[in-house]
Amino acid sequence: MLAYLCRRLLYAVPILIGVNLLTFALFFVVNTPDDMARMQLGVKHVTPEAIQKWKAERGYDRPLFWNGDAVGLARVTDTIFFDKSARMFVGDFGRAEDGRDIAREIRTRMGPSLAIALPTFVLGLCVTITLALILAFFRASTLDFWGVVICVALMSISGLFYIIGGQYLVAKVWKLVPISGFGEGLDAWRFLVLPVLIGVVGGIGASTRWYRTIFLEEVNKDYVRTARAKGLPETLVFFRHILKNAMIPILTGVVVVIPLLFMGSLLTESFFGIPGLGSYTIDAINAQDFAVVRSMVFIGSVLYIVGLILTDISYTLVDPRIRFE
Amino acid sequence: MMPFQPVLLWSDLLLWLLLACAIGLGIVSARTPHLRRAWSRLGRNGVAMAVATLLTAFLLVGLLDSLHYRERLPPAPGQTGTVYGVEVLSVLDGLLTHLRSRNEKTYSAPFATRLYAKESMETPAGTVRDYPRLKHGGAHLGDDETKRDADVMQRAFAGKVQAFLIWLGLAGGLAALLARRQGCSHQEAWRAIWRGETAIAWRGVLLALGGLLLVFLPLALLAGDYHVFGTDKVGQDVFYQVLKSIRTALVIGLVTTLVTLPLAVVLGIVAGYFRGWADDVIQYIYTVLNSIPGVLLIAAAVLMMQVVIDTRPQWFATAAERADLRLLALCVILGMTSWTGLARLLRGETLKLRELEYIQAARAFGVSSGRIIGRHILPNLMHIVVIALVMDFSSLVLAEAVLSYVGIGVDPTMISFGTMINNARMELGREPVVWWSLAAAFVFMFVLVLSANLFADAVRDAFDPRLD
Repeated sequence: MLAYLCRRLLYAVPILIGVNLLTFALFFVVNTPDDMARMQLGVKHVTPEAIQKWKAERGYDRPLFWNGDAVGLARVTDTIFFDKSARMFVGDFGRAEDGRDIAREIRTRMGPSLAIALPTFVLGLCVTITLALILAFFRASTLDFWGVVICVALMSISGLFYIIGGQYLVAKVWKLVPISGFGEGLDAWRFLVLPVLIGVVGGIGASTRWYRTIFLEEVNKDYVRTARAKGLPETLVFFRHILKNAMIPILTGVVVVIPLLFMGSLLTESFFGIPGLGSYTIDAINAQDFAVVRSMVFIGSVLYIVGLILTDISYTLVDPRIRFE
Repeated sequence: MMPFQPVLLWSDLLLWLLLACAIGLGIVSARTPHLRRAWSRLGRNGVAMAVATLLTAFLLVGLLDSLHYRERLPPAPGQTGTVYGVEVLSVLDGLLTHLRSRNEKTYSAPFATRLYAKESMETPAGTVRDYPRLKHGGAHLGDDETKRDADVMQRAFAGKVQAFLIWLGLAGGLAALLARRQGCSHQEAWRAIWRGETAIAWRGVLLALGGLLLVFLPLALLAGDYHVFGTDKVGQDVFYQVLKSIRTALVIGLVTTLVTLPLAVVLGIVAGYFRGWADDVIQYIYTVLNSIPGVLLIAAAVLMMQVVIDTRPQWFATAAERADLRLLALCVILGMTSWTGLARLLRGETLKLRELEYIQAARAFGVSSGRIIGRHILPNLMHIVVIALVMDFSSLVLAEAVLSYVGIGVDPTMISFGTMINNARMELGREPVVWWSLAAAFVFMFVLVLSANLFADAVRDAFDPRLD
């Protein structure tokens, strides 16, 4: 198990290096730091001195990969690549445009993000799997047909409308919860109810349909026919055999997103004014804060890779046929 | 001397190219037996034909909006040569001149004759605060605004009657055509249509056409004198905006596939067929791309693209060209980030196919790899490609709206569902509520995406060999 884990972790390293190089290329090679400076300063304030100053403040005035002027190890370390990209591996993300430490900001904003994302995820999973089970149990009936029709209709609505509509109805017209904001401690629940609810409802269409397909694929397998032939009642076949086996493909899709919950949701957080990582990202995009976007890309991919490793481990736990190989 | 100068935007070119490709593909697949079987299965599906009719209507609007030109300006005194306006117009703009040019001052509700907010106005009797009369909405009524409801009702009714008559004519013509082809009586052909016994589900087509006519003919008749969907903050007609949004959505949904398809097909097949180091490299590339959360990768790429565009204003002759290039860049970015799923599917399928006996046999006979891929592997992957393309369309249309909200979508000057929603979302906080922009964007987008989803399901059912 331990050897397997180590192997998986080692396999993740080249991928992370790839992500790092790709983001570096995107942010520093596609545009030179001069272009970024011109963009940030605006047309009016562009003078060669201003650009130099902007670059020096952010440490962008050094060579990209190889500093010929420096001596010894500083030839590699005193470069943009080492300072801005390689340091992310040890959790040093540098500073945002407003001068704050990005790593610190990320740590404080993870909490609110998780407070929305985790309940949405858990509740959503329970609701959609239950609905999918109902549809699959009554497969090929009128209920199933209309259930699928409603699912397709629900997934044809843009996520923006769920948020706008929900916020308008529940918070503005019915005045049940505050429109936006976030509180500390237990008091926060009033702010969390609506975003979580909208997140759950918005995910119903696509997920229910997806899980239903997975259940229906299991229904037609040989072991199910055998179980029925033995004379097991349909409910027992369903809950003991089908549900258990369908969990394996469901697990693939589910476990991989768990670490990404830390990242929060861009739309929900910005609409509800929740100080999480999602709204942090959106603000950074709008302010063209390249350092923050770069850090978020890196963290996002680290979390995704962690998710992949967790998926592999969970496989071996639920499916005894798979060994650590 | 031409009264206008044609302008060929890149996205127009690609859209028409795609149309040509689709027609070419249709002709090729009509000659391939198993694909023809799949298409005819699709043709028998009533829902599929109905939504295909709706999608064709969307496509027509989009294509009309993809023929651009610049109008010649009336010659100024003492001027030699011709001068063309800087504004790039499309044929659709030309058809909708009365919708495009008749702007109000600010918001007004659907079918309103007055603005939505009170203003101070100078009258002979002194200054009064009232809702000012609209310049164009209901202007033909004159002073007698009370006639409006009756006028709208009357015209809508007339429109519906006309729609019904046109539809009856179309349906009758179709029945006559079928009757002549099959050598049966009109009545039998008519009955066959409504029982769904025809080779193509004409019932679905006719129902969808009827619905379209009933909704849009009255709207088109009324749109001449009223703002049927109201006006937005700067007084622009919302009906015009939703019609213009269709093209943006189509370009995003369709042109992106031009990027996705070659990448996914070539890399997927190469990885699956040749294995070895090629497989390793390709798998590495798509794992890296996949591990960056989609929105973030798109955000990073779009931010950089914005810097490129904004720091080089000399590249673009008109604002439309800049917006167009930005739209295309967005398509390329969306394509670069979304080919990995399809490539993985194709790689897996190719791995399976290359071990089959008939391909082993071909290899034993010394058939070259290129020929094996072209003759034996690619045709057997076509169903996956078709299904993936149709499935992607609706998610791309939805993605455009979200990206525009986040600020990394299309150019803010380009009318799209995303920019419409983005501009309208703060208006729900007003009193009284300005709901019409959002509602119009919602309805059009919902119909487009729902049709695309239903069509995608039908295509999957028709093409998936497991369901054969």
